[in-house]
Amino acid sequence: MATDTEVLVLGGGSTGCGIARDLAMRGLEVTLVERGNLTDGTTGRMHGLLHSGGRYAVSDRASATECIEENEILREIAGHCVEETGGLFVQRPEDSDDYFQEKLEGCRDCGIPARVLSGREAREVEPYLAEDVKRAIEVPDGAVDPFRLCVANAIDAEAHGARVETHAEVVDLLRDGDDVYGVEVRHESGPGKRTHAAAGTTEEITAEYVVNATGAWAGEIGAMADLEIEVRPSKGVMTIMNVRQVDTVINRCRPKGDADIVVPHETTAILGTTDEEVSDPDDFPEDQWEVDQMIDTLSELVPILEEARTIRSFWGVRPLYEPPGTGTQDPTDITRDFFLLDHADRDGVSGISSIVGGKFTTYRAMAEEISDHVCEKLGVNASCATADEPLPGSENIETLEAGMDDFGLRSPVARRSKQRLGSRASEVLETDEANPVVCQCEGVTRAEIRDAVDQSGTDLNAVRIRTRASMGNCQGGFCCQNMANELHPEYDEETVRAALDELFQERWKGERHALWGEQLSQAMLNYALHATTMNRDRDPAGEPTAIEFADFDGGA
Amino acid sequence: MAIEDDVLVIGGGLAGATAALAAADAAPDVRVRLVTYKQSTLRHASGLIDILGYAPGSPEEGPLVDPFDALSDLPEGHPYERVGSEAVREALAFFDDVAGNAYAGDHTDANALVPTHGGTVKPTARYPVSTADGLASDDRDALLVGFETLPDFEAPLAAAHLEAAGAPFSARGATIPFPGIVRDDAKVTRYAHLLDQDETVTTGAREALATTVAERLADESRVGFPAVLGDEHAAEVRADLADALGADVFEVPMGPPSLPGMRLEDLLYDALEDAGVRVTSGVPVIDYETATEADAVAADGGSGADRIDRVVVDRNGTEIPHRADQYVLATGGLVGKGVRSERERVFEPIFDCHVPHAADRYDWFVDNVFGDQPYARFGLASDRDLRPLDAGDEPEFANLRAAGAVLGGYDFAAEKSGAGVSLATGYVAGTRAGEEVGE
Repeated sequence: MATDTEVLVLGGGSTGCGIARDLAMRGLEVTLVERGNLTDGTTGRMHGLLHSGGRYAVSDRASATECIEENEILREIAGHCVEETGGLFVQRPEDSDDYFQEKLEGCRDCGIPARVLSGREAREVEPYLAEDVKRAIEVPDGAVDPFRLCVANAIDAEAHGARVETHAEVVDLLRDGDDVYGVEVRHESGPGKRTHAAAGTTEEITAEYVVNATGAWAGEIGAMADLEIEVRPSKGVMTIMNVRQVDTVINRCRPKGDADIVVPHETTAILGTTDEEVSDPDDFPEDQWEVDQMIDTLSELVPILEEARTIRSFWGVRPLYEPPGTGTQDPTDITRDFFLLDHADRDGVSGISSIVGGKFTTYRAMAEEISDHVCEKLGVNASCATADEPLPGSENIETLEAGMDDFGLRSPVARRSKQRLGSRASEVLETDEANPVVCQCEGVTRAEIRDAVDQSGTDLNAVRIRTRASMGNCQGGFCCQNMANELHPEYDEETVRAALDELFQERWKGERHALWGEQLSQAMLNYALHATTMNRDRDPAGEPTAIEFADFDGGA
Repeated sequence: MAIEDDVLVIGGGLAGATAALAAADAAPDVRVRLVTYKQSTLRHASGLIDILGYAPGSPEEGPLVDPFDALSDLPEGHPYERVGSEAVREALAFFDDVAGNAYAGDHTDANALVPTHGGTVKPTARYPVSTADGLASDDRDALLVGFETLPDFEAPLAAAHLEAAGAPFSARGATIPFPGIVRDDAKVTRYAHLLDQDETVTTGAREALATTVAERLADESRVGFPAVLGDEHAAEVRADLADALGADVFEVPMGPPSLPGMRLEDLLYDALEDAGVRVTSGVPVIDYETATEADAVAADGGSGADRIDRVVVDRNGTEIPHRADQYVLATGGLVGKGVRSERERVFEPIFDCHVPHAADRYDWFVDNVFGDQPYARFGLASDRDLRPLDAGDEPEFANLRAAGAVLGGYDFAAEKSGAGVSLATGYVAGTRAGEEVGE
């Protein structure tokens, strides 16, 4: 029977996009479907830590070794997505000396470069560390932009012939006896999002092989074909600060606990996280106490966090998995390793495998292993090249560092644009047309916005994750409108209005958890600008009853 | 030695300036001083004077034709209810007098509908003359002009939006380069300055702009620009453009920094100077002292509330006491920082006046960004004399009144009532303060 595609990948997170890239580079015909935006699930909701492996060097050495290997690969193939911040495991006076020693030895045993700093030396690296910090272990942790990295994988997959379909939710697995042969998706693509199909229509996509890379949602997908996949979703909160209080990743050096990491990320710092099992990855409480705990606990390491301005909080869901029968009670004890479930071996259902567990830093290695498995199933003899081939934007970064004002932009704007775009900077920024700054907080220009619109259509959240526009201090209050303006005239007024409303509401969602102090003032200003100055809350274009214009003041 | 005045107004926005002007007007012999700290939020504001655009609590109803009709239905505690609708009319007349021919709209009680830079229309009671030819109830066709280096205003999109809103005229948008703007990220004040000074571009900036626009103009009889048409010489800029184009010219209000807002600020400070109000700017009020009980009883006839004896102003680290008989607090709301918050509480930072709010900060908001937001109502409760009330509904101080956004109990953004409340409460607080001194 003819099929639409050789391999169908479910899930547009880092794992799914990594698999799509890997298989497409090996010459396979690949289709990827994602129910929301790329990165909509776990990938878009992480703290952006590129693990050195230090975090797992005591409890989970296999993971630690894998982390440092992948860490080094990603610095090579995704230079424009990685900031080599370095990291510190910081010991407070009440933290155990024995554990500190175990951590140090664990790092060395796993091949993680590690060096001990005295408290004074640690404070020279990070002046805002608490004065009573005793000492620290320095490791090569880094910060990574999960959005850009994931999108780069998808773009490269497309460059190798893959079809990437976002806003396409899997509503059923197609199963014929003991064989899964595809999925049915429902397209939710509004105009211009991804216009392969009209919004609201369904499509059956058939494939030689299906890979379920939906992470925390893997159980729900499996259930559509009566497969039982017991992922254990675990939520964690992250709180974003408006500036970088630290330039190095700061970890608390103690066995485990909530609220023990600060990751500098672009213009912000991200506090993380908690670890609590939830039953539904789409519906779980987002609690105030989690935000407060994050600030209170991490202030023990970096005291100025107590008074600092937070701009939003968000929750992510880990796709934790452990083989049946292990019975671990505490989610923090569940391994961060990943598992390939071949449903033919496991459940007697052919044509599909699921990938569960794992973590962002090792997404590429996971993709490699799964792609090997798929190739074996399909009898394809092709080897993996993803560890050597740079991702789009990452080629020759160093040559780009030279010269700052090439594109007629102010230095800080040019520098930030180049960092985001990497080797694509010339392609995107060289334009004869006016190129004003659209998002002031993050220094994003019109050319970059339009490039992202070319990639993702009217979905302004997709534009946001590609450019960082609307992710700074004002959380979009000043720039959402201007971002939407860039959709016109390619898209009509009604489409632009809907796109603006969607982005503005999304920006509000995370900001609600940061509503005190400066950010509450900002929220009121944003509300006033959009409701008072622009009357967007009572926009007559969206109201059912027409205005009787003649009744109003028509001029003197 | 304290600096001595009769009335001291804290805060230099629309409410504070109005209060100071009203106090000086009520009792010509009193000494009035206004102290301000940071730039007022007027530069964030559109420059329009809204009284009431929508009836609170009726989200399904359209814009109000007559704002005064709805004033009597406002809930108890709303600042308009506190001062009474007659005072709102008086305050607006007072403003009309201060604004002179810089503002229009006083020929009718009806609201005007003004196109905004997003392309919607919004109801407002008074508008700068620069926007007068842009009214949406005027059925003349309009050309909207945007500049390719100004991403805030996409003229063709705004034109399409006006059509979607049902405006009774046809609007067309054109995007042009702005002659003389070389930097892609020039500030809006740079555009205004070019036109103000009529700098030489190829010809003068005004002529060059008009020439560029004329090529796009069909038979429209009015042309709308983003609000960058000059600063000090705005009327002249507009007149020159209109002459050259053979069409009326108007401005579409914009977000910050807003030239119409800044022009309003200039207008108010000129009026303060004319009225003999002393203005001390750039200094925060950091503390206050109350009078001794005996003094308080003597001065207040024994009402029980404390009297503020003096406030302390910080001038570059030097603490300078300012003493007055009557005080007006017009420090703004959450945006102006007259109302502040921490994780656990919302407070008024100078006098620590009571700010009603839910104990749990997750009750400060609702999930829909344009829903009925509790935080938008944060501010002081007051009696009908505009004296802030404590948690027990008693006046915090016998000689302190509050005006403008520092008052709570209303959502100016949803109602479109921000400027009106500032005018009405500023007018009443200033007038009463002046009268009390004069007694």
